[in-house]
Amino acid sequence: MIKRLLPMPLHSVLLWMLWLILNDFSAGHLVLGAFLALLIPWLAHPLSDPHVRVKRPLKALQYALMVLWDIVVSNFEVAYRVLMPNSRLRPGMVVLPLTLQEELPLAILASTISLTPGTVSVDFSLDRQWLYIHALHVDSEDALIAHIQQRYERPLQEIFAC
Amino acid sequence: MVVFWEWLASILLVIGGFFVLVGAVGMVKLPDFYTRLHAPTKATTLGIGCILLASMDMHALRGEGVGVQEFAIVLFLFITAPVSAYMIAKAALHRRVPMRPGSYNPKLLQDARERHAPIHHCDQEKRPS
Repeated sequence: MIKRLLPMPLHSVLLWMLWLILNDFSAGHLVLGAFLALLIPWLAHPLSDPHVRVKRPLKALQYALMVLWDIVVSNFEVAYRVLMPNSRLRPGMVVLPLTLQEELPLAILASTISLTPGTVSVDFSLDRQWLYIHALHVDSEDALIAHIQQRYERPLQEIFAC
Repeated sequence: MVVFWEWLASILLVIGGFFVLVGAVGMVKLPDFYTRLHAPTKATTLGIGCILLASMDMHALRGEGVGVQEFAIVLFLFITAPVSAYMIAKAALHRRVPMRPGSYNPKLLQDARERHAPIHHCDQEKRPS
């Protein structure tokens, strides 16, 4: 019964909090927010696929902070490359062999790559063995791939224990 | 003390403005479609971040409480930026937008479009057997 009314309890709580943050904590919004927090997950949960769960939340927090820091660094690097003459730029494609296979960690890895220094993930191969990445500046493909594997892929494997 | 917080907000606004400007300059100046994709997705995240920090600072200063809305904006920005970059890149792939001549590994675009293993990698050893 509870399961049917509240299929995604965590999402409901988050939605409710978000509604209150974006509006205010008045009685009206408390009720309206609660109503939406129950209705939206109920409508949305048939669309959601089951996926792996975070096994080590502390590691996940550490990962988030690390990515935040890398984003700050990446902005300086990209700013430098943008302001440098184009002739000194060596853009190109690189390909990352994947060890992760689950959907959620892969999505997080691809998003992380897009958010951090000079790289945007373009697409996966259909067999999920390779991730194509466009880099703003390629000095050494091997170094770039090793950096992504050690800094992002390995921690994600630990977080999701897969 | 008030002066300090006002200074902080001003500095954050200047830094934020600088990075947003760099993102805009990159859109105009970078050589091809794929490199232009980097400027707005990266250079602006820090810019927007600084501007939102300044906004939180000013709201706190006026006694309106520390804004949590700004956190929500940053969160949504970080969730949506990679997704839109991915969709734009994918659209470019399928429209066969070329990379600038002299780019590293240009033929990998073809493998990415067809979503198979990298058979066109310029380094022979990297190709899967």
